[in-house]
Amino acid sequence: MVMEIVCPAGTPASLRAAVKAGAHTVYCGFADETNARNFPGLNFDRTEMRDGIAFAHSHGAKVLVAINTFARAGSEPLWHRAIANAESAGADAVILADLGLLAHAASHHPGLRRHLSVQAAAANADMINFYARTFGVKRVVLPRVLSVAEIAAINAETEVETEVFVFGGLCVMAEGRCSLSSYATGQSPNMQGVCSPASHVDYHDDAGALSAKLGGYTIHRVTKGEPAPYPTLCKGCFKADQSTGHQFEDPVSLNAEKLIPQLFKAGVTALKIEGRQRSRAYVAQVVRNFRAAVDAQAAGLPLPEGMLASLTEGQAATAGAYKKTWR
Amino acid sequence: MPDPSLHLPLCPRLPASALRWLPLVPVSLALTDFARRLAKRHPAMFRRLGGYAQARFILDPTDLPVSMLLEPRGGAPRVHVSRRKLQGDARIAGPLAGLLGMVHGAYDGDALFFSRDLVVEGDTAAVLALRNAIDDAELDLSAEAQAMSGPLSAPVKRLITLTEARTGVALSRHEEDYGW
Repeated sequence: MVMEIVCPAGTPASLRAAVKAGAHTVYCGFADETNARNFPGLNFDRTEMRDGIAFAHSHGAKVLVAINTFARAGSEPLWHRAIANAESAGADAVILADLGLLAHAASHHPGLRRHLSVQAAAANADMINFYARTFGVKRVVLPRVLSVAEIAAINAETEVETEVFVFGGLCVMAEGRCSLSSYATGQSPNMQGVCSPASHVDYHDDAGALSAKLGGYTIHRVTKGEPAPYPTLCKGCFKADQSTGHQFEDPVSLNAEKLIPQLFKAGVTALKIEGRQRSRAYVAQVVRNFRAAVDAQAAGLPLPEGMLASLTEGQAATAGAYKKTWR
Repeated sequence: MPDPSLHLPLCPRLPASALRWLPLVPVSLALTDFARRLAKRHPAMFRRLGGYAQARFILDPTDLPVSMLLEPRGGAPRVHVSRRKLQGDARIAGPLAGLLGMVHGAYDGDALFFSRDLVVEGDTAAVLALRNAIDDAELDLSAEAQAMSGPLSAPVKRLITLTEARTGVALSRHEEDYGW
């Protein structure tokens, strides 16, 4: 059996690039605060979504629509419309995190498959089974805090499909519960769909040294030639007591391609690639790489050597929590 | 996709130094005309820019002695080339190969930023909007130049192909092949 690769698309061009590169499934969102990548110039209007889904289906690929922020009180209709529009556009599933939206989708759109977003931070089998029983959730995207052994333990106790991140940006917190961006800018991925919104980011290049400010706070400064991280507080460089450094998290990307055989044995159904904010060049290269890897895995062949180092944040990668060494 | 960590090619010295004495008014007019024709063929690119369609972008190829002020102006773009320091809402600086490679889908903008090949200053949101709008437009500047060259299309194509091969700069769209 070939593991499903679930690939990001921030624009229609990226969706087409992902499908052409061999994506089994693409995930994307509408151009508003209903999805957790609500960045300038990104995402799909209704017509683009319908056309993108038609393109994917004509190539045998599926499309999942991420409606994975938490509905703002008094503005629920925006999120309800997004679910209805995803269904009418032909989406294969919606990815939801908000309990109210899950209940709404289950009662008003029973024929629309429901996946549980990583933003829901469902990290044990009891929680996942509750979502399945109550809202008919068919798949859960697991938070990036679990080891392979913990994922295997979850799969042993649930019929719900599991999807895990294998490449891209990392969050240090359990997803859906991080307020760092909100602390500095008043906006967060949970509510407005933006972590470290670009409108609050200010870079300054001083003779090759790059400083990054978020909401007026200087969060890191890299010297000439040193790899630059994303301008997020979790990847910032801070002074605490006597030490100066990345107090929350090193600026590295997740790359779990070498763990594909272990994840398969742990019962994982789908492998997710992060990066809806990235270009079609990134999407095409990463998708091609992972498609080759899952096909090799299914055929019992050695995994091909990856070529993704240059695409990673800080130009460095980690297996993250899958290989926990810090507990 | 080429690996940006393997060093971006720099613009050869001869054409770069020609820009030190070339009159820039006709260059600006020609680039404005080119941009307006592009705008007619790719109106969705300006819709995707949204509220940033009126922003003023400084494009600074660091291996050339000039920089450009690009004003999308909601679909009626204007390009001004100058040897002086330009003022705008945002500045995007990097080797010409990197800037053109992003336009043509050969390089990922975030990867160029991580590797410090690309520098962004000013209105970061406007830069993101421009990057995403251009990425989605799937532009092919060579094909556009050929289409505008009329009977000279064939020699223009040969010249572009030769320049691309000699310099390693992505002057045309990086086509995504069907992997499967």
